[in-house]
Amino acid sequence: MPTIELKNISNFVCRDISVTISNGELLVLLGPTGAGKTTLLNIICGLAPYEGSVLFDGEPIDTIPISRRRIGYLFQDLALFPHLDVRRNIIYGLSTMKRGHNQIEARLDEMCTLLNIGHLLGRYPKDLSGGERQRVALARSLAPAPRLLLLDEPFNSLDIKTRKYLRIEFKRIVKELGVTTIFVTHDFKEAEEVGDRLAVIESGRLEQVATPQEIFFSPNGYKVADFLGSPNIFDCRGYEVLGNGLVKANCGGFTIVAVWDKENLSKIAISPEDIYVSRDEPPGPPINRFRGTIVEEVSHNSVITITIKTKTKDILARIRKEDFLAENLSVGRDVFFILPLRNLKGA
Amino acid sequence: MNQVTKPTRRWEILPVAIFLALWEIIARLNFVPGQFFFPPFSVVMEEFGHLIANGVLVDNFLSSLIRVLIGFFTGSLAGVTLGIVMGWNETTNKALHPIFSLLYPIPALGWLPILMLWFGIGELLPIAIIFICSFFPVLYNTITGIRAVPKGFIRAAEILGASRMEILKTVLLPLALPNIFTGLRLEAGMAWRVIIAAEMVAIPTGIGALLMRAESLIRVDIIIVCLIVLSVMCLSFEKFFIFMEHRLTGKWR
Repeated sequence: MPTIELKNISNFVCRDISVTISNGELLVLLGPTGAGKTTLLNIICGLAPYEGSVLFDGEPIDTIPISRRRIGYLFQDLALFPHLDVRRNIIYGLSTMKRGHNQIEARLDEMCTLLNIGHLLGRYPKDLSGGERQRVALARSLAPAPRLLLLDEPFNSLDIKTRKYLRIEFKRIVKELGVTTIFVTHDFKEAEEVGDRLAVIESGRLEQVATPQEIFFSPNGYKVADFLGSPNIFDCRGYEVLGNGLVKANCGGFTIVAVWDKENLSKIAISPEDIYVSRDEPPGPPINRFRGTIVEEVSHNSVITITIKTKTKDILARIRKEDFLAENLSVGRDVFFILPLRNLKGA
Repeated sequence: MNQVTKPTRRWEILPVAIFLALWEIIARLNFVPGQFFFPPFSVVMEEFGHLIANGVLVDNFLSSLIRVLIGFFTGSLAGVTLGIVMGWNETTNKALHPIFSLLYPIPALGWLPILMLWFGIGELLPIAIIFICSFFPVLYNTITGIRAVPKGFIRAAEILGASRMEILKTVLLPLALPNIFTGLRLEAGMAWRVIIAAEMVAIPTGIGALLMRAESLIRVDIIIVCLIVLSVMCLSFEKFFIFMEHRLTGKWR
């Protein structure tokens, strides 16, 4: 698989984008709706006009026609051919490459085994479930052995459970094949689960390219932090190992119990929407439970972001409006808040 | 499946049987003065047998059938071919659309006088009329069908390495088939209606001409026989295309 390089890519949406994707790497293009993620994918495969250069192993592919770029593209709506059964959908790319019958059959078998879709071969797309359609579309993209795989929010239309399962499956498959991949999503949780590195794009500009952890703990500027939901980050000075993968960390006046099985825990972070807020003292052991006073509330449609002032740090929490009203919360009110163990991220 | 459809078919036959029975009874009771003007169904069937036996019906029917088949086949073929080109190639569409949009609204029979002058009274005249009758609707349905194919499928095929010709053959044409068949189905029936009209006005052979001769001899029974043949042929052609459409697209639609 080649190393992909985007050099000063610009068009009506994208502005001077440069990034290198290593051989076999899974880069997630992360950004809000309308940021230019799909446009960038279209540029790479030649579907949108652009200035700058796309290079595969140092060779520009800008003048190569779309049909000969050898790119796999999983569209948001999958675009499975409705008039072809699963088998003919999967081998479509191989047939256009004029591969021999034996070669086509061997590759089809390989894809069926890899994606566990052998039992679907005779069916038409209309007779497939959402998850099955995703797997067939992925098989069709992978069958011609593309040099680069592009995925445009492929799991968007699925329910949360199927989505999570397919994410894990997808990563396994892509890593097994070693195919260089660009995966587009607007969901940070999906991005960090799937990607080796994330590229945050906002208003057509690449704001930051780094590992999920680096981006979460050290967002490059306000735009990235805002897109990530302005996570609460605690600087930790020392920690005590409790066993069973748990540590108790001293983070600027907060004693936080977190899951950590590596060395040198220096930061703990949590997203505002993961914090549990209550007016009354919650039941259970007082682990990761703190007190503070609401000093600000900002309403965004059905969600309210509140700032909770504590002795040492202001904490952002995001809760549903109906919960806010049910708890009778307001500015000036003392509250309890809990940092759930499973939602804490360490660095 | 058969268990479900069989009773339905029986119920479809019942109103027809009642209609034929009423026809027979009313005609026999002489409610309409003179059996010449309203012969019973049994008399019509008797004449039907007679016309087949003496070969009059078969000869005229075959004349009409051959004209319809040749005119409809060539007109549809030209319509589909040009429709594909116009649907696929914007330049061709821009060049030809203004001309066709002027010609399309002219009823097929409106061409009859000029075609009579050009081709004379002969076999070419009805075939040309059927050609025109079939060509335009099939052309526009094909253009619509090709253009209605979502761009995503074309992009997907292109990215998967398909050439323009492969995209046309493997994506555009199959996906445009439902629209093409709509045009074919509608025009298959229309071709029969038009050929009868043309034969009644200008051509001395065929079912339409037989109708006119029967009218001049006040042979209502023969007129009804011709109308039954016409009805059956319109229905058969339409059913044939419904069947073909189902065969070709039923699995994936």
